[in-house]
Amino acid sequence: MKDRFNLYRMASPATFYPFAGAMIPYFAAVSVVFGLAGLYLGMLVAPTDFQQGEGYRIIFIHVPASWMSMFIYLVMAFWAAIGLAFNTRLSGMMAQALAPTGALMAVLSLWTGALWGKPMWGAWWVWDARLTSELILLFLYIGYMALTAAIDDARRADKAGGLLLLVGVVNVPIIYFSVKWWNTLHQGSSINLAKSSMATTMLWGMLLMAMCFWMYSIAIALMRVRTIMLERERHTDWVKALLTEGGK
Amino acid sequence: MIHWNSFSDFLAMGGYGFYVWGSFGLTVLIMVIEPIVVAHTRKTTIARLKRQLRAEHRNTAE
Repeated sequence: MKDRFNLYRMASPATFYPFAGAMIPYFAAVSVVFGLAGLYLGMLVAPTDFQQGEGYRIIFIHVPASWMSMFIYLVMAFWAAIGLAFNTRLSGMMAQALAPTGALMAVLSLWTGALWGKPMWGAWWVWDARLTSELILLFLYIGYMALTAAIDDARRADKAGGLLLLVGVVNVPIIYFSVKWWNTLHQGSSINLAKSSMATTMLWGMLLMAMCFWMYSIAIALMRVRTIMLERERHTDWVKALLTEGGK
Repeated sequence: MIHWNSFSDFLAMGGYGFYVWGSFGLTVLIMVIEPIVVAHTRKTTIARLKRQLRAEHRNTAE
């Protein structure tokens, strides 16, 4: 109470924790609604692709997962930058909470890509610029998680992990522009602001699925960050109070 | 409005069933298992922190 600045700093996770908890059901519900709408449009309504038959429907997972794998990395790098610049406690927790979901999105992107590549290109995998840079993204996620897990002191783990994230962020534009910069087997982007090559129902199905994945990622990351907060803030009064009164 | 003539058509995915359902299968698996794992970790973490806190209280009381 005498030290206002300290109190202010303490207040930040203490107020974010219940706020995050209250938001989780909304993000989860919105994710389900977007998912059902996206699946309805993409899997039941959207027409057959004139080149790829019904096999193109993998796009409704592949593109949202790939987008999220890159976007989550950018968000983590953003938190890393904030954490390194301002030494804020919450940023490291946010980055850690996002990492496993980002890694899973990269796995899904590669998995669905392999299942799409096999019937269309005749190969599960090629060492193509797009595929290879996405694989590197997965390794960056794994590297970040391994590095932060190996360092006992949470603040030092955040710093080391944050540096890794910031160095690795150069890979994201490489993934994104790889289909333009190199001659790759991977097809170009399906969405083009000037003229989209997709049917309207396909496009909406994909966008709705992307929203579903996005909301899912927020919900699961908020779930995870709350546990990380309890763990890291266990010596603070607000966590002790929470734990003694039932720990909701 | 619905693109498919029958449910078996839908399952077959024009011959791409293995690839399409293989993609959706892992996605569903991940999106079901990940929340379960996170919820479980949360439960065990809270239980452990409570134990530690009780132990702390005992030590200071003595």
